[in-house]
Amino acid sequence: MAKYLLLKHYRGAPAAVNDVPMDRWTPEEISAHMQYMQDFADRLEKTGEFVDGQALAPEGSWVRYDGEGRPPVTDGPFAETKDLIAGWMIIDVDGHDRAVELAGELSAAPGAGGKPIHEWLEVRPFLTAPPTVTE
Amino acid sequence: MDELLLRSLTPSVLAVLVRRGADFAAAEDAVQDALVEAVRVWPGDTPRDPKGWLVTVAWRRFLDATRADTSRRRREDRFDEEPAPGPAPAVDDTLQLYFLCAHPSLTPSSAVALTLRAVGGLTTRQIARAYLVPEATMAQRISRAKRTVSGVRFDRPGDVSTVLRVLYLVFNEGYSGDVDLAAEAIRLTRQLAAAIDHPEVAGLLALMLLHHARRASRTGPDGSLVPLAEQDRGRWDTGMIAEGVGILQAALARDRLGEFQAQAAVAALHADAPTAEETDWVQIVEWYDELAGLTDSPVVRLNRAVAVGEADGPRAGLAELAALSDSLPRRTAVAAYLHERDGDLATAARLYAEAAHKAPTLAERDHLTRQAARLNAERR
Repeated sequence: MAKYLLLKHYRGAPAAVNDVPMDRWTPEEISAHMQYMQDFADRLEKTGEFVDGQALAPEGSWVRYDGEGRPPVTDGPFAETKDLIAGWMIIDVDGHDRAVELAGELSAAPGAGGKPIHEWLEVRPFLTAPPTVTE
Repeated sequence: MDELLLRSLTPSVLAVLVRRGADFAAAEDAVQDALVEAVRVWPGDTPRDPKGWLVTVAWRRFLDATRADTSRRRREDRFDEEPAPGPAPAVDDTLQLYFLCAHPSLTPSSAVALTLRAVGGLTTRQIARAYLVPEATMAQRISRAKRTVSGVRFDRPGDVSTVLRVLYLVFNEGYSGDVDLAAEAIRLTRQLAAAIDHPEVAGLLALMLLHHARRASRTGPDGSLVPLAEQDRGRWDTGMIAEGVGILQAALARDRLGEFQAQAAVAALHADAPTAEETDWVQIVEWYDELAGLTDSPVVRLNRAVAVGEADGPRAGLAELAALSDSLPRRTAVAAYLHERDGDLATAARLYAEAAHKAPTLAERDHLTRQAARLNAERR
C-alpha cells in the first residue's frame, strides 16, 4: 500500500553490466526485451500491484513563463542534458522490500546476447497523504 | 436508499451463502451482484425484509453461475434449488468473515482490499479509487486474495489481532476520494465490537473515535497540516470524544491492557485538555512507558521522547532522543522541535529543513519547510 516509481534512465544512471546500446542488438533481442517488459507489466497487473507504465521520447524542450501576455519561452532540446528519463513504471506494493525485489526483476530484462542488462533503475517512493494517527 | 444499511448487511448475507455450502469466492461475487441489483431496484421498490431479499437474489445468482460452471465441466448440480432457511447465527458468521479476510496468509494490502469488499460491501471500483490504483489492478488483487483463502476452513476461530491490524491500516489511510476510509474503518470496527467481546477491539474503536473527533481541526483550509498544539479545540467533536472515552474506560476496567487501549489512553488525555498547555504530559509519559512494555517499537520511544520533552523540558527530551537511531522516520523532525523549544533556533532551522527533505508525506514536508522558513525569517 505504498506507491513507488521505478525510473529507467537513458542517461545519467551508473553503467549497466551488459552495457550495449540497443541499436547494436539483433532485432530478435529487441523483441525479446520488449516481450519481457510487457510480460512483467502483465504479471504485476495479475498480482494487483500495477498502477502505470509509460515510455518517454528521449528529447523534449524546456519551457518557461515569460511574463504577462507573452507566450511561454521554449528552448532546447539540449543534447548535453546529464540526466535523461526513458520511462517509468508505478507500482503499488506492501513496502520498500517488495519494490526493490520488483525493480531487480525489471533490471534483469534481456539485452545484447539475450543476457540480462543489469541496468540500474531508480526506485523512488511517492509522498503520501499523512496518516490519520499521528501522535 | 440507505447505502450504509445495504453495506452493513453484506457480511451476514455472504455468510449465509457460505454456510449453505457455496465456496467463498463465488459467494462473494454473487453478493456483489445482489448489491448492485439492490441499488438498481430498491429506490422504487424497497423490500420489507432487505436481508432476506439480498440472500434470495445472491443465492439465485450463485446458482446461475455455478450451473453455468458445472455444465461446462459436466458435473452434477450439488446444490438444492431452495434450501431450507436454517438458523442464521449472523453475529458469529460476521466474525468468521473478518477472520477470513484478515487471514495471515494474505499480504496487508490484500487483506485490506478483501475486507473492504467482502465485509464492507464496497465495490472494486470504490476501493480502487480510494487507493488510487486502476480498477483492473484492484480486481486482480481481490480475486487473488480470494484464491489465497479459498482453502481456509470457515468455522475455525481466527486471531483477532490480525483483524485489528487490518482495520487500523484502513483507518490510517484516512480520506482520499469518494470513500471515507476512516469512517468506514470505524463502522467496521464498531460492527466487530458488536460481534466479539474483546478489550483490544474496544481499545481500537476508542482510538479511532478519539482521532476522528479531531479531524475537522487537523488540516487548514488550504489542506496544510495543523499540529495538535495549534488545533482549534472548539472544532473537536465532543460527542465522539465522550463516546471514545466511555468505551476506553470500560475496556481499561477489565484490566487486560493492550497496545490499542494504551494508544487510546494517550489520545484521550489529549482530547481531555481544554488547551494545549493544560495537557497532562506526565500521565502521557506513563502511558508511553506502558506501551513500551507492550511493544518494542522505536516509534513508541520516539513519541515518548516528545512527551518527556513536554513533561520534563526539551533537554530531557533530547537526552531520550539520543538513544534512538538516526534512520528512524520523523526523528529529525522531533529533534528540530525540541531544539526550538530549547532556544537553539539555528540548529532547529537546519534540522527542520533536513526533516522536510526526509518527510514521507507531502503535507508533512510542506509543514516542516514552513517551520524552517519561519525560524530562518526570525533569525534574519
